[in-house]
Amino acid sequence: MGDMNEEKKIEQGASDSEVMARAKAVLGPMGVMIHTHSQHGDDTLVVQAEDILKVMEFLHGDEGLKFDMMMDLTAVDYLGAEEVHPYLKPMNARFEVVYHLYSVEKNHRIRVKAPLTEESPYVNSITGIWVGADWFEREAFDLYGVVFRGHPNLKRILLYEDFEGHPLRKDYGKMKRQPLIGPVN
Amino acid sequence: MKEENRKQGYDFHEASRTETMTINMGPSHPATHGTVKFFLTLDGETIEDIDVEIGYLHRAFEKECEAQKWNGVFPYTDRLDYTASVLNNVGYAMTAEKLIGIEVPERCQYLRTMISEMARMSGHYTNVGAGALELGALTAFIYFIEARELLWDLIESVCGARLTHNYVRIGGLTNDLPDGFRENVKRVFAKNRKLWDDFDIMLTKNRIFLDRMRDTGGISQKDAIAWGFTGPCLRATGVPYDVRRAEPYLVYDRMNFDIPVGTTGDNFDRYLVRMEEIKQSMSIVEQCLEQMPDGPINVDDARWRMPSKDDSSTKMEPLIFHFKQVIEGPSIPVGEAYQAVEGANGELGYYLVSNGGGKPWKCRVRPPSFALTSALPLLVKGSLLADLIPTFDMINLIGGECDR
Repeated sequence: MGDMNEEKKIEQGASDSEVMARAKAVLGPMGVMIHTHSQHGDDTLVVQAEDILKVMEFLHGDEGLKFDMMMDLTAVDYLGAEEVHPYLKPMNARFEVVYHLYSVEKNHRIRVKAPLTEESPYVNSITGIWVGADWFEREAFDLYGVVFRGHPNLKRILLYEDFEGHPLRKDYGKMKRQPLIGPVN
Repeated sequence: MKEENRKQGYDFHEASRTETMTINMGPSHPATHGTVKFFLTLDGETIEDIDVEIGYLHRAFEKECEAQKWNGVFPYTDRLDYTASVLNNVGYAMTAEKLIGIEVPERCQYLRTMISEMARMSGHYTNVGAGALELGALTAFIYFIEARELLWDLIESVCGARLTHNYVRIGGLTNDLPDGFRENVKRVFAKNRKLWDDFDIMLTKNRIFLDRMRDTGGISQKDAIAWGFTGPCLRATGVPYDVRRAEPYLVYDRMNFDIPVGTTGDNFDRYLVRMEEIKQSMSIVEQCLEQMPDGPINVDDARWRMPSKDDSSTKMEPLIFHFKQVIEGPSIPVGEAYQAVEGANGELGYYLVSNGGGKPWKCRVRPPSFALTSALPLLVKGSLLADLIPTFDMINLIGGECDR
């Protein structure tokens, strides 16, 4: 955990990028942030999952930030590796939904993460803000079982309808087999 | 009869009303390269609604990667966008190096840039050639394949493989350029430039090709950005976003190249952007060969780059590191990193998480054609069924990359 010291230093605001400074200035007082870091130069905000829409609406709409493109959305299962991030254990979080945003106009990036517990893997859908998040959310639902509330068409995308379980969860064995499905009639 | 109809209030529109028809197109259809199913609702020949079903080539890329040592992931990345496989190698290696915090030697950066551009050319040759084929231009396809074969001969001479190159390693490359490579590049590029002129004559002013491509599958700048478009499809709308220029990596900041953009965002613009990019890539390869310095191609740190066979067979320490690399894998520091490279289809991003072990805890790929394909309903709704083919071609869904 050699990076912990570095993270702390950055949290004190010694070398914040413009994006990070702006995000902190607005989101900090709103009380939605859990943690921030800029490891390897990637500005990262960790926010409460229930506030994700508030955060995203701000990042999308703010004149100075203008994150007009939702570049990537995925989830991570930290089962058995909660020590990777210092905030996971205290929150009893197992999953993290990870958003990578990009601003075409301003040419800057930010990563937003929302930790989720095993019992309630629910987060609001951001398809209302970036319409392109549609399939990405379906994929995260398909492979991790994270439920995106308010998604217009939340069903499996890469796997078939009858698939049981969510294969990218760490407790899904790599060699696990699925029952064979035959023709419907 | 007519009189009678008129008296009874005969409604022509009602009488000629057609019902919509639902058909399945795919998952294996001769006019779509890639395995994908369209569930179409047609009114005559007009597409009323379309549901795109992907996943037929899903092979658990991430799950497999999580079970491999860090260096064992490379062959899997080859099979993402297999028409331009070295680009995937480069993206993964750069993200892992970002996590470690090392920089590869200058010669390695030049070599990576050079081979990336060759892969881009191969990707564009395949895409435009297959697109032309599916619109009936079989001759053009053969010409494109000739150019691609010549290019693959070059790549084969560097890394020994034609399709899945597996050329890059964390902290370096598998090997340096072979003897006589520069002369071969000169010879092949001279031929490929002639072939490029032939493609141009065969397609760019071809009436049938123009009619099928122009004003079909268009998208506005605003929509393209909202749907996460990147690469040639975004640039065809006029947005000059290219990772090579926006966030220069490797030695792209030393290269002199143009970023072609379109105006209308339709299929024909996507074709033109790709054609121009082929030319620009050739120029970048030549600039790389010109500027490339001599020197090592691997980092001098046995923790990250496996020692050479000569060293590990004769010296004690390299032998230990060799053993550790193979059995345990490099222990990359705890953390997370995202790094994007410009793939043949758009922004190819890798998001890696390490828990300090020898295997990646998470190995996510941001596949450009996934975002592009998700917008397909927007591009083809209301147009003719026949327009689906050129649109799907220019979107360039690569099953390996989209389905992973």
